Amino acid sequence: MNIRRFPLTREISLLVLVYLYVPVVVLVGYSFNANRTATVWSHASLDWYGRILANPTIQSAAKNSLVLALCAATAATVIALLAALATSRAFPGRGGVEAVLNTPLILPEIVVAVATLMLFVALGVQLGLGAMILAHTAFCIPFAYLPIRARLEGMNQSFGEAAQDLYANRFRCFRRVTLPLLWPGIMAGFTLAFVTSLDDFLTSFFLSGPGTTTLPVYIFSSIKAGITPEINAISTVMLVISVLLVSLSFFLGRLRR
Amino acid sequence: MTDSSAVSIRSVSKGFGRGTAAVRVLENVSVEIGQREFFTLLGPSGCGKTTLLRLIAGFETADQGSISIDGQDVTQAPPFRRPVNTVFQNYALFPHMTVEQNVGFALVEQQMPADRIRARVGEALEMVRMQSFARRRPAELSGGQQQRVALARALAPRPRVLLLDEPLSALDLKLRKEMQIELKLLQAEAGITFLFVTHDQEEALTLSDRVAVMQGGRILQMGPPRDIYEAPTHRFVADFIGDINLIEAEALPDNAVRLPGGTQMSLPHKARGRITLAIRPERARILAPEAGQLQAQVIHTAYLGTALVHKLALADGGTFLLRQSDLDGPQPAIGSQVGLGLPAEALRVLAQ
Repeated sequence: MNIRRFPLTREISLLVLVYLYVPVVVLVGYSFNANRTATVWSHASLDWYGRILANPTIQSAAKNSLVLALCAATAATVIALLAALATSRAFPGRGGVEAVLNTPLILPEIVVAVATLMLFVALGVQLGLGAMILAHTAFCIPFAYLPIRARLEGMNQSFGEAAQDLYANRFRCFRRVTLPLLWPGIMAGFTLAFVTSLDDFLTSFFLSGPGTTTLPVYIFSSIKAGITPEINAISTVMLVISVLLVSLSFFLGRLRR
Repeated sequence: MTDSSAVSIRSVSKGFGRGTAAVRVLENVSVEIGQREFFTLLGPSGCGKTTLLRLIAGFETADQGSISIDGQDVTQAPPFRRPVNTVFQNYALFPHMTVEQNVGFALVEQQMPADRIRARVGEALEMVRMQSFARRRPAELSGGQQQRVALARALAPRPRVLLLDEPLSALDLKLRKEMQIELKLLQAEAGITFLFVTHDQEEALTLSDRVAVMQGGRILQMGPPRDIYEAPTHRFVADFIGDINLIEAEALPDNAVRLPGGTQMSLPHKARGRITLAIRPERARILAPEAGQLQAQVIHTAYLGTALVHKLALADGGTFLLRQSDLDGPQPAIGSQVGLGLPAEALRVLAQ
């Protein structure tokens, strides 16, 4: 029987959608509210967007977030690419290696964040952007690894053989065949890692030194002073960036399958 | 130089896996393939033919024995240092490159100047009549067109030997027949050695100068298609290639044999003890009852357009296929008793 014909399927689906998205819609809606109090609607305006653009603290937080996400995602993608290439061939203990690579996905982030903080303090690593990049790189690896690995899995292994048969040594084969074919997977992995880093609050909160706030940390600290539509506006901007990047990653992942 | 074999395989063995899971895929195989020869490895899946091809291409390394190409030992050489190119079963055209870039791939690796690459790619595409598709991507081509591009790509660097791994198996019957003819013409034109792997006996017989029939990692018989078909030495070869009738008989002194039913006849070959005789369906004759060497009853007749194929029941319970190409001659009725004439020169004695 067709699942779409079950009674109430449409009603239940609508309910779930509302449940999922109402908070976000309300948040976005109120970012266009002119009233100073976030929960009282007066009339539509782009005032708050103008204000966040002019706010130097937000500007610097945004810059930190972008630099952090860019560095962490790049490093994580390079490591993930190497890991994916290494685990594409069978060897004893491959399952174990893959499990270790993907464990950060399920570890409680608070535990990892605290552990990283303690380690850095013990090692005397200075907290701040550098420390955050190190930590973000670590938890971004599985996000970059999975799409690359999937792409590699779907790749016909005879492409590599064909390249070598046509006089390309291993390096040339990688440059001319494997890498170009993996590219959509690499870009998808990079975007996922980028968004994950951009979104992160816990690790950044623990490791941000004085003066190196990221956007999520800024939102958290300003919310303690009361909810203003300014926060709605920043959150909306982050939301739009994340959705765009994840959609991009999705389409890249499907490219030229 | 021209005297040396194009490919020389000496006592090569290869196994996969370790311990109890180990499988021997090739057992002490030796072959010499001549210059400009169209040589076919024929056998059922799992017989080791593809492994042998992969050993020559360099994708696998032999456990024992040696392989040389044009007199040069390549046993340990990586694929990119061997003067051979492969046409893969699934073509393995690079999806991110155009037809032109695919065909030029090896030439770029050989650091040929751009204008010579362009000329050589044009030539190769012309050979397979794909010039007008140079700018297309493989995904935009049909199976037959991809097949042609794969051929052009493997031929463009002018290898000493072209390896073809069941290249026609993905095509439909009509296209496969066309490509068979084209392959043969292409080989004559390119003037290089073709080493062809197939499980299709008809394809092997049609195309090859010589065929090696493989089973269980060994070469059972090697020779021109006509010898393989008309003078199989092994039961497996006889059975694998075309239709054949096998008759259990007893060898007597002085080259004589006793057939089931007691008839005796003399053979042109020596034999001893219990033997298996083989005869092709088109070599036996239908005679009057009580005449000939065997007695049988007609149970079925199929009309094939160019011939009639009679299925007969032998007196001892076996069945016998007989192909009658004289369509205007007398036809035995279904259910009638006939005698079978087995010309001594058409009978083969098989090794088990």
